[in-house]
Amino acid sequence: MIKIVLPDIPNLHQLEVYKQNGGYTAIKKALSQSPDDIIDQVKRSGLRGRGGAAFSTGLKWSFMPKTTDKPKYLCVNGDESEPGSFKDRQIFEYNPHQLIEGILISCYAIGAKTCYIYIRGEYHKWIKLMQNAIDDAYAAGLVGEAMKSTFNTDFYCDIYIHKGAGAYICGEESALMNSIEGKRGYPRVKPPFPAQNGLWGCPTTINNVETIANIPPIINNGWEWFASIGEPKHPGTILFGVSGHVNKPGVYELPTGTLLTDIIYNYAGGIPGNKKILCIIPGGSSMPPLRGDQIEGVKMDAESLKAAGSAIGTGGIMVMDEDTDLVKVLARIAHFYHHESCGQCTPCREGTGWLEKILKRIIAGKGSVSDLDLLITVANQIEGNTICALGEAAAWPVKYMVERFRDYFEQRVSKEINLEVANKVHSMRHSSITVEGIVH
Amino acid sequence: MEFNFTPENLERINAEIKKYPKKQSAVMAALYIAQEQNGYITNEIMVKIAELLDMHPHDVLSVVTFYTMYFQKPMGKYHIQVCTNVSCMLRGAYDIWNQLKEKLKIDNLEVTPDGKFSLEEVECMGSCGTAPMFAINEDYYENLTKEKVEEIINSLN
Ligand SMILES: Cc1cc2nc3c(=O)[nH]c(=O)nc-3n(C[C@H](O)[C@H](O)[C@H](O)COP(=O)(O)O)c2cc1C
Ligand code: SF4
Ligand code: FES
Repeated sequence: MIKIVLPDIPNLHQLEVYKQNGGYTAIKKALSQSPDDIIDQVKRSGLRGRGGAAFSTGLKWSFMPKTTDKPKYLCVNGDESEPGSFKDRQIFEYNPHQLIEGILISCYAIGAKTCYIYIRGEYHKWIKLMQNAIDDAYAAGLVGEAMKSTFNTDFYCDIYIHKGAGAYICGEESALMNSIEGKRGYPRVKPPFPAQNGLWGCPTTINNVETIANIPPIINNGWEWFASIGEPKHPGTILFGVSGHVNKPGVYELPTGTLLTDIIYNYAGGIPGNKKILCIIPGGSSMPPLRGDQIEGVKMDAESLKAAGSAIGTGGIMVMDEDTDLVKVLARIAHFYHHESCGQCTPCREGTGWLEKILKRIIAGKGSVSDLDLLITVANQIEGNTICALGEAAAWPVKYMVERFRDYFEQRVSKEINLEVANKVHSMRHSSITVEGIVH
Repeated sequence: MEFNFTPENLERINAEIKKYPKKQSAVMAALYIAQEQNGYITNEIMVKIAELLDMHPHDVLSVVTFYTMYFQKPMGKYHIQVCTNVSCMLRGAYDIWNQLKEKLKIDNLEVTPDGKFSLEEVECMGSCGTAPMFAINEDYYENLTKEKVEEIINSLN
């Protein structure tokens, strides 16, 4: 089975081992070509971002202005806080030099001299591992000013780690830039887009860790090679993180287009006790949940999942067996987005609180059928009305879970409309809601 | 009580400043360093950091209150963060959470009277494939069972 990002090579995290396996030859090759050539190859390879939106990486790079007197920046997004995602940490731990080499090539292509790798604060251990690799690369003259003589070129770039401090929203690219600037992680209104107006007002590209780690093999083996792996419209491999009710949870690097059922039953060892699957979230908790009977024949790539009614997201597959309490799961998801809303937009700040409050009421046995419609109404009013995509991330799981499991949810609520509650809900508009146990 | 950064820590902050074109970017790192030295962030610390980084103290405060990993009160010597998000929840995270609350007799963001332990319910820590999990200070403990939890907590002194 082809592995691009996490090949089975012992001690690959060590610089020497990485070099023995062809490491730091792709940057040499890249430096002998023009930046535009590199962007063109990445475009043709079909590589799409692994951070959630599956946007074409080469196209994103091509938005960077060619003529500007401002410095340009690359931000590598290792915030990895999407529930169900735990793949970037594997790269920090097992293949950090491929990420570094990918950064060098990317910076050369877009004309950046500085790269910040944003890593979530809780990843103390992985920050140290990554920093060790960066230090080794500096010491070997592969990064920084010294690379000029090492590679006999005019180009050089510096790589720094910026440590987050516990805020999911900092994974959103514009919040991430504010966080690097030493501010609250508030998402910015777009446009202007980062390629025009990013870090400190300068042209900036933001890419996920896994995206950048794919770059050296593309340069070394050619875009045709990459484009031929997996699904033609979304080629390559993905680090699928499988969690929840499976026998062998973990990260599996597999070609795009692998069947979801294949990943669950063959790679992740199936469901404990041979139970049935009730629900699956295929791309991290922000993506629309699928019913267990919707997954037959579904392939894991952006286009196939879209057709199936969900999205690839970060490739974090969360599996729930038939005995799972879906109302509790959804309430926990709603709690997460309420907790992580940065509070700038009213529909998100207030709406996420409503969603959580209504779901908690259903758990307490006080919900009525009108609550199910109310959940969908509130979700619809968040979606599309906010500065950043956390709005959608909060709305989708609720909207699609309630729609796709309507019978299930109806069994958990009273058929009678509870007028007292309905009135209360209506009057919530006029008071800020406090939900116990929520600390911002 | 007067707070002063140790000379080594001042040097670490200066090294952080050098990574960025603007000093303010070092605020998150400076806060981590201060928290390491003092245990938590005081108003005095925020004023000191503001001076070092040419910021207004309010802007330092706004950073402190935005991010969950900075504390404005002392936490336990062992700060235990339990993830209860979905993947962990599906594998028994709430059992672990309740077990710890009962064993330590404290609730979310509380500290034991002897100052040894504090507890925090946190969002996904990126260990979903090795759930359930908690972190104690900087270390992750994964694939937890009730027995393992007992063992780990009892081994700390
Ligand atoms: C609320 C929110 C959280 C996000 N968190 C992450 C994250 O943790 N890591 C990541 O790479 N992208 C995250 N993204 C997506 C980024 O905004 C951005 O699209 C991505 O890093 C681009 O990289 P790519 O093109 O390589 O996928 C998040 C987006 C939103 C709206
Ligand atoms: S959608 Fe939510 S998280 Fe995003 S900017 Fe608005 S309030 Fe903040
Ligand atoms: S859900 Fe607990 S670590 Fe991800």
